[in-house]
Amino acid sequence: MSKSLNEILSTFNGNKSELIPILQDIQSSIGYLPEDAIIEVSKFTQVPESEIYGVATFYTQFRFLPVGKKHIMVCKGTACHVKGAPQIIEGIERHLDIKEGEVTFDLEYSLESVGCLGCCALAPCAMINEEVESNLTLKDVKKIFSRMKNNSNDKES
Amino acid sequence: MIVFINYLKNLGPIKIINLINMNENQITLKIDGLKVNAEEGSTILETALSNNIYIPNLCYYPDLKPWGSCRLCMVENDDGRLVTACETLVQDGMNIITENDRINRVRKLSAELLIANHEVDCLTCRKNDDCKLQEVSSYLGINREDLGSLRRQINNISMDDSNPFFDRDLKKCILCGVCVRTCNELLGVKAIDFGFRGYDTKITTFGDRSIVNSNCVSCGECVVACPVGALVPKEPVKPAREVKTVCPFCGVGCNIYLGIRGNQVINARGDAENSINKGNLCVKGRYGFKFINHPNRLTKPLIKRNNIFEEVEWDEALDYVAHKLSKIKSEKFAAISSARCTNEDNYAVQKFTRVVMGTNNVDNCARSCHAPSVAGLAKIFGSGAMSNSIDEIKDSACLFVIGTNPTASYPVIGLRIVEAVKNGAKLIVADPRNIDICKHADIVLNQIPGTDVALLMGMMKIIVDDELIDEKFIEERCENYNEFKESLKEYDLRTVKAITGVNKELIVKAARMYGSTKPASILYSLGITEHTHGTENVFALGNLALLTGNMGKPSTGVNPIRGQNNVQGACDMGCLPDVFPGYQKLEDPEAIHRFEEAYKVKLNNSNGLMFPEMLEVARIGNIKAMYIVGENPVTSEPNTENIKKSLKNLDFLIVQDIFMSETAMMADVVLPGCSFAEKDGTFTNSERRVQRVRKAIEPVGESRPDWLITCQIAQKMGAEGFEFNDASEIYNEIAEVAPIFGGINYNRINEEGIQWPCIDEKDKGTPILHTQTFKTESGKGRFIPLKYRPSAELPDKEYPLILTTGRSIYHYQTSTMTGAVEGLKTLYGEDYIDMCQEDASSIGVKDNEKVKVISRRGEIEPKVRITESCLTGVVFMTFHFSESATNILTNSALDPISKTPEFKVCAVRVEKI
Repeated sequence: MSKSLNEILSTFNGNKSELIPILQDIQSSIGYLPEDAIIEVSKFTQVPESEIYGVATFYTQFRFLPVGKKHIMVCKGTACHVKGAPQIIEGIERHLDIKEGEVTFDLEYSLESVGCLGCCALAPCAMINEEVESNLTLKDVKKIFSRMKNNSNDKES
Repeated sequence: MIVFINYLKNLGPIKIINLINMNENQITLKIDGLKVNAEEGSTILETALSNNIYIPNLCYYPDLKPWGSCRLCMVENDDGRLVTACETLVQDGMNIITENDRINRVRKLSAELLIANHEVDCLTCRKNDDCKLQEVSSYLGINREDLGSLRRQINNISMDDSNPFFDRDLKKCILCGVCVRTCNELLGVKAIDFGFRGYDTKITTFGDRSIVNSNCVSCGECVVACPVGALVPKEPVKPAREVKTVCPFCGVGCNIYLGIRGNQVINARGDAENSINKGNLCVKGRYGFKFINHPNRLTKPLIKRNNIFEEVEWDEALDYVAHKLSKIKSEKFAAISSARCTNEDNYAVQKFTRVVMGTNNVDNCARSCHAPSVAGLAKIFGSGAMSNSIDEIKDSACLFVIGTNPTASYPVIGLRIVEAVKNGAKLIVADPRNIDICKHADIVLNQIPGTDVALLMGMMKIIVDDELIDEKFIEERCENYNEFKESLKEYDLRTVKAITGVNKELIVKAARMYGSTKPASILYSLGITEHTHGTENVFALGNLALLTGNMGKPSTGVNPIRGQNNVQGACDMGCLPDVFPGYQKLEDPEAIHRFEEAYKVKLNNSNGLMFPEMLEVARIGNIKAMYIVGENPVTSEPNTENIKKSLKNLDFLIVQDIFMSETAMMADVVLPGCSFAEKDGTFTNSERRVQRVRKAIEPVGESRPDWLITCQIAQKMGAEGFEFNDASEIYNEIAEVAPIFGGINYNRINEEGIQWPCIDEKDKGTPILHTQTFKTESGKGRFIPLKYRPSAELPDKEYPLILTTGRSIYHYQTSTMTGAVEGLKTLYGEDYIDMCQEDASSIGVKDNEKVKVISRRGEIEPKVRITESCLTGVVFMTFHFSESATNILTNSALDPISKTPEFKVCAVRVEKI
């Protein structure tokens, strides 16, 4: 699945207009946009690194850090917001000692907020990889993490 | 026929120099009923501002393309539509309204939205009183109460104070984009751009790093351009007075204003009203002035007794020097004058050496940089200097940049090259490394260091074979063409590729591009000259220009860019062992007569020793005393150990400097000279322009102007003709004895410098050399047949890598001056060894790891910097710091004609520690 950067670039001509498709391909292959890759894209397309970064930061689809094994998406839609999503995010940030959009040092967890997960009746809610966690409270945050930790310990032993 | 078709194919767009007479295109329009004249092609805003009509604006900046983003310059046109004045071109008969209710409503809302998100902290803002947003706000009468509903939380972005010279406070940023456009359009550095667009838009570096960790070069152009307080200098004290003078760093000769408060120089800014820098400056020129009032400046004369320096009074020091020198026989004395000092200082040193000491043993540091240019160009064209002017670069249709790293060493010329490319010029870069300017190039040739002659001969063979030569020019203005053509024969592409390592197609492409695009200009510097075949490299470039007729016309020529502020001047002043001031040959009876008459003594007419010869002769004990002014050969010359031996062997060494340099440490007497800010005089820049240097502050401590010290020594020794009252009297004498400066005096160059030759008061100077005839004996440009010779030391099994040397943008020469500027040390504080990943891996070293670099002459331990700019087998080092003295490694093998050492090629081995 993961193609090398050279393989990806070889399918393009190096025109400026191809910038976003190139970035998309890199992200879908590597999972995020590493700085080294942006530097290579800059050489390939002759678009300055700073401009590529400017373009990429506009779109929420692009990430500059890898996704953790467990990717946490907290809903920040209207219903969730009203029911305390900001506090939930803060709680997770405290717990993992990372900021929104970042990944833990061991690449275990990453955190981001999203527009709406489409299950407003369960607000505030979040998705961890494919699973939805609903009606979240700050207490739940702790529980969820200890549960996930136990699960992964079980798997390893 | 095929050749002809190829010619057509490769014929790039030929640029026509804009010679439109502006008066013919004047148009008239009305602004608020007021009749004004405007030039066709200018915008409404430009026209209004030049007629002293204010239209609010923020995103407009004179040097940049209009952007139309702040929406403050809205004006109403004839159709009653609102248009941006900064983007709309003037038309004849236009009626523009700049002020009515409708316009004001639009402007006010735009301004309110900006101010609402701006940190309103004006009194303590460093931009207070100089802020365009304040100007807009007061013009539009913005009320604080009106902002309430618009106000939202100001972005909580912490100040980026990482750069030693300026701060970035994005809370005050109004997103006008002036800094981004300055960096992109003007500099071509492209360190910053808009990022996180939307609510959180901000100016960001790649990866949102602090500015010092981006590819910003700290030139400060964006700081000057920023209309608000988002980019401000670290120490924004306002000067009490300003003095116009010339930047003391590279040979571009930018005009600056030094800001002074008390007796301290506190800032520097570019002068916008001159053809050289037009307000632009680099990091050194803008921020590198702290050395002037540095506490380590030498303030009193020193005499070394029992190996310890003792401070003495001037009288004692001068008596001591005079007493010692009077015992030295003429040929046992040698002087080195300074390319950093003024023309007047240099003139005094050569006059002292010739008149008082009776020898021609006087030289300057051009010997180790551009002596091959002086010798080489003199032989081909008859005159050894830049043939054209800096301001012509931007109008060239093709630039061939070889053996020079303009963006680092001559940043303002780098800007002009970027400007030329923006104007549509083709750019060919030939350099062993992928230097920054390669980003803008159409063709990049990475030749193996030291193979330039082969590369150029290869290119010229193609130009000849493809019939891209300028036959008429060769016929009418050149000689020796057939002999030269004969010597091209062996440089077929295969041979050239084998020698230079450059791809055949690229050589062909480059040759055709240079050969068919006119006007084409060659720019080069020390990558060409600092070789054992440096003069031949220069010959090759001269041949190339003659071949294509790119000589004696605007935006053409062969242009050596000078490395030091006054290296041109030091040569002009006759601080060379074979010429009097103004390049008058010692063997010319007329010259000897002129000088004997003027100096009222019998002069020695046998050529003196060149710099490396002086050191050689000193080593065997035949030079007993040396007088070194403002030079630091211990660090700057190759094979450091050898130089130390020579200097130790002297009976008497006088060093005149502003700091205790490595060379000064070895002296018997150290005399404190003044910096450029403390004396009057002139510098001559690369384009032969003699410019005024003005005294801005009183000499630091008891230091004295260098010319005065030299003259006082002469007077103590009983010599006559050194009774100058001020620098202008010296220049008047120079104008008398050297015809090429005959028409220059301080009054004439008060506003703007003059380019020599300038024969008399009526002569306006010479921006372009050789327009009618060459200055050779026959008046014709002389082709010189060439044969490629390899460098003196080539890589082998034991020393497998080629080391080449150069400069960093942040420092100047041996960093005696720039090293005294804290911020420049922060930005670049040690000499690294640059190498490619492949070479680093084969040795097994990582980035930033200390390594041992060994040559046949010595070893040093710099840190590694892995970079893609170096090619496999070639490593690069700067030579600024004595801690890792790069010149311990370099080879002192000399060019046989100019005696310039081969700094650019030596064989080394890198070892893991």
